[in-house]
Amino acid sequence: MSDSLRDAKAKSDDARKPDRGGNPPVRPAANGQDAVLSLRGLNKEYERGKPVLTDISLDFPARGVVAIIGPSGTGKSTLIRCINRLVEPTSGEVLLGGRDLTKLRGARLRAARREIGMVFQEYNLVERLSVIENLLCGRLGYVPLWRVWTRRYPDADIARAFELLDRVGLGEFATRRADALSGGQRQRVGIARAVMQSPKLLLADEPTSSLDPRTSVEIMTLMRDIAAERDIPVIINIHDVALAKRFATRIVGMSEGRVVYDGPPEDLADSHLQQIYGRGDAGEWIG
Amino acid sequence: MSADTAPQDAAGLRARAFRPDWRMRAIWAGFAVYVVYAAGQLNFTWDRFVIGLDRGAVFLGRMFPPEFARWQLLAEGLLESLQIAVIASAVGILLSLPIGLMAARNLMPVFVTVPARALIALARSFHPIIVAIIFVKAIGFGPLAGIFALILGSIGFVAKLFAEAIEEISLKQVEAVRATGASFMGVVIMGVLPQVLARFIGFSTYQLDSNLRNSTMVGIVGGGGIGGTLFAAFQRFDYDFVAAILICIIAMIMAGELIATWLRKTFQ
Amino acid sequence: MTLSADTRETPRWERFTPSQRLARFAVYLGMVMVVVWSVRNVRIIPEFLYDAHNQMADLFTRMWPPDLAYYPSTVHGALIETLHIATLGTILAIVMAVPVGLMAARNIVPFRLVNEFAKLILVASRSVNSLVWALLFVAVFGPGALAGTIAIAFRSIGFVGKLLAEAIEEANAGPIEALTAAGASWPKVLIKGYWPQVQPAFWSIALFRWDINVRESAVLGLVGAGGIGLILDSAMNFFQWTRVATILIAIFTVVILAEIVVTRIRKRLI
Repeated sequence: MSDSLRDAKAKSDDARKPDRGGNPPVRPAANGQDAVLSLRGLNKEYERGKPVLTDISLDFPARGVVAIIGPSGTGKSTLIRCINRLVEPTSGEVLLGGRDLTKLRGARLRAARREIGMVFQEYNLVERLSVIENLLCGRLGYVPLWRVWTRRYPDADIARAFELLDRVGLGEFATRRADALSGGQRQRVGIARAVMQSPKLLLADEPTSSLDPRTSVEIMTLMRDIAAERDIPVIINIHDVALAKRFATRIVGMSEGRVVYDGPPEDLADSHLQQIYGRGDAGEWIG
Repeated sequence: MSADTAPQDAAGLRARAFRPDWRMRAIWAGFAVYVVYAAGQLNFTWDRFVIGLDRGAVFLGRMFPPEFARWQLLAEGLLESLQIAVIASAVGILLSLPIGLMAARNLMPVFVTVPARALIALARSFHPIIVAIIFVKAIGFGPLAGIFALILGSIGFVAKLFAEAIEEISLKQVEAVRATGASFMGVVIMGVLPQVLARFIGFSTYQLDSNLRNSTMVGIVGGGGIGGTLFAAFQRFDYDFVAAILICIIAMIMAGELIATWLRKTFQ
Repeated sequence: MTLSADTRETPRWERFTPSQRLARFAVYLGMVMVVVWSVRNVRIIPEFLYDAHNQMADLFTRMWPPDLAYYPSTVHGALIETLHIATLGTILAIVMAVPVGLMAARNIVPFRLVNEFAKLILVASRSVNSLVWALLFVAVFGPGALAGTIAIAFRSIGFVGKLLAEAIEEANAGPIEALTAAGASWPKVLIKGYWPQVQPAFWSIALFRWDINVRESAVLGLVGAGGIGLILDSAMNFFQWTRVATILIAIFTVVILAEIVVTRIRKRLI
């Protein structure tokens, strides 16, 4: 499956236009058909007059890993939650496969949400359920209520859950309770749950911030590979610049609610990092 | 990934994912059978319920409008309930201090804690109304029986929690005070009380609130207060007066709750 | 309490500010005054008070020895009925309290008006004593265990609903967010997100309330709402003190046993 990964990398390389200056905030829109997800003029204010996100316009291609970097409190989490509307954007459009998600309500919104898998910083597993049932929670958008209530999940879903659990290396933990797992194991379950949704793209909000460095690398590798196998793109919020440079095919730098860098990881220079993270020594973010 | 997706038995996978818990199912089935059996034993029938609903509508109709014309009787009863609650709380809380101290197993020898704990268990196990009816039979009708009943109830609650609080304190501070050569009372006052006073005030205000609620009830069995008036009104089918009494009782209880909250804040 | 000007000028350490001390002093004074007023005005015949210990001793001698033969013939049946009332009342209370508790939880129903309405129901349920509920339902359904059971249920709604709403509000929002992001509708979020988190609290609330209800249902018979209180009342009215003793022992034993059972089950649940 590594071919498709290389494919993905090559394709996103094609689509990319490096901005050498580091200052142009808006990336030229990619050719429309290629982008699976497009944000257009996204704004968010929790309180009036205090914008958290200002005029975010981004296109995400159908493959590859996009890392969104920036200091904490800069609106990365808000941005990623605006995509599946866990946070309601104040204005702007979120186009998934040509549909504007900000216009959807009720059942249609839920149907759109199930196409977007999400991985969380604190894993957000239902601790008192078994690992396998946590995976099956990824199918809640598809399975009818009475089956959820009686735990009569469809056979195909159960079979897929076991397959995925093997894939993330937790085959023998199926009937353990989620709170019996270590942090890295929980995040693997979190990834498997997101993939259970058969998503068109994967969002991840600081998926490694609660993990030690070695486990972080394992989790990033798993996420990149599993997305490549399924040929879906990943959008990751991450404050660790080194990890971002190592795994991402494209980096979006944010500062104070605006996009200040958008380009390949190779072109991310210290001057950009200074712009993203402010006056502080940019080196500490790389090391 | 490995492509050996051997055709897996779906039922087998399901059983692996959700192992049927026969013991839990048996417990639930037994519980359901019990509920049906118990409801049968108590003669619950749908007819009785429906007839009751009809009567309930008539009953509610007769409660309105509430009749406040006999307000003097009402005020008298409420004041007596208040007096019962105040006296019982004051005496009960004061008695709870020594009894709770005697029941603390980390400070007292066994021959002291056992009788103290027995007294507390006895006081806790009986509903204040049952205690009240016994006192009424022994010493006659009137608020005194209600006061005694609520004193016992206060001891059961405050002394128990006070003893538990003392058992959780740090003995280091107690040792420090003891090292200065203080007497036993000195140790208690300087080493023990400061550590548990805040919690003691917490239980006590809670008990004050609870005594106020029960002081409106002890009258039902002759223990004084508004409860007697309420019961008499029920027996005479004076439902509009019942409504007036209930409104006053609820208002007093809510006021009591506010005062208890305010007291707790002042002492925190 | 607000800081008054003079404490800010003097750096001397004090445990309380003067206004705090004044407030405390006022409270102490008020409490003493209320107690004194109560003692002076309460309708107590002093002879009754001075004679109380003799009367109590007299009553207990008349109770001895307990009429144990009375247990199998009458007390046992009444005791079982009391337990039925407590258990069915608790179940009925839970059935009614769950929807009200959900309505009262701000993270489930984000409408203040609905929350406040639900809280009003809960407060109303708690403010009326179980004996009063019993009196009301005896008037509605006639004397008997049905009135008692419904009284126990109505009294318990407030307790169960309040604690349940608090447990729901304390639930971790993370899993809820994850299930919402997976496209789950709110009943599914409720079943798979909230219920597993609230479950331990739920069982412990139910058991705790059952324990309280065993005590409370022993009293209901005094107003005709079934259970052991009924035979206690009649034994007292006929001055059959040895039978009263048997009944009291039976109540005491059952209450202690219920507490032990509840403690055991709770330990296994946690």
